[in-house]
Amino acid sequence: MTISHFAAVLLFSLCVSVVFGITQRAEPKMMVRFGALCFVLFVGITIAASWGMWLIKH
Amino acid sequence: MATKAQTAALPGDTTVTTAGGSFPAIVLFAGWLVPGAGHLLLGKWVRGTLLMLAIITMFAIGVALQGKIYLPNTGEPLDMLGFVGDLGAGLLYAVARLFGWGQAPVLIAVADYGTKFIVVAGLLNVVAAIDAHSIAIGRKRA
Repeated sequence: MTISHFAAVLLFSLCVSVVFGITQRAEPKMMVRFGALCFVLFVGITIAASWGMWLIKH
Repeated sequence: MATKAQTAALPGDTTVTTAGGSFPAIVLFAGWLVPGAGHLLLGKWVRGTLLMLAIITMFAIGVALQGKIYLPNTGEPLDMLGFVGDLGAGLLYAVARLFGWGQAPVLIAVADYGTKFIVVAGLLNVVAAIDAHSIAIGRKRA
């Protein structure tokens, strides 16, 4: 199986966010919110870091 | 003295769990052995199913990407840490060893990602099992 780097980021972020959301909050609504926040942060920080590395290289 | 975990609030979570004696330990052990099983034992069907799906999917992706399954006693400290992480996956690790998955050398970047997927799946399973234990003893509101 091959997978693009971005797809790997999305899959990793999705799975980890589901677990973090369920385990780190007690209320269902907060679970969803925290899981969504984790997902956005995972993906957002990865994209920002990627552009940062691109800028350093160029 | 028994503590009482409160009712679940997610749709589909219906069971009130009274925890006492060895039940929390059983929940912890079951949660480690099979991802999500701790929550399922507590009657948290939605949470248990989601945890199971997330962790098993992550482990399966790691294996499919030809990630490495760490072995004990390789003598390398980082490998030993990787082994501890992998061991967190419980039965998934045993199945992977049984079928000889993840023994090929890691040669490409995505295979290295696969290794991380497998280790993180194990660590997340430990987090999920401890969460189930916390609910069972009443430390966390259910």
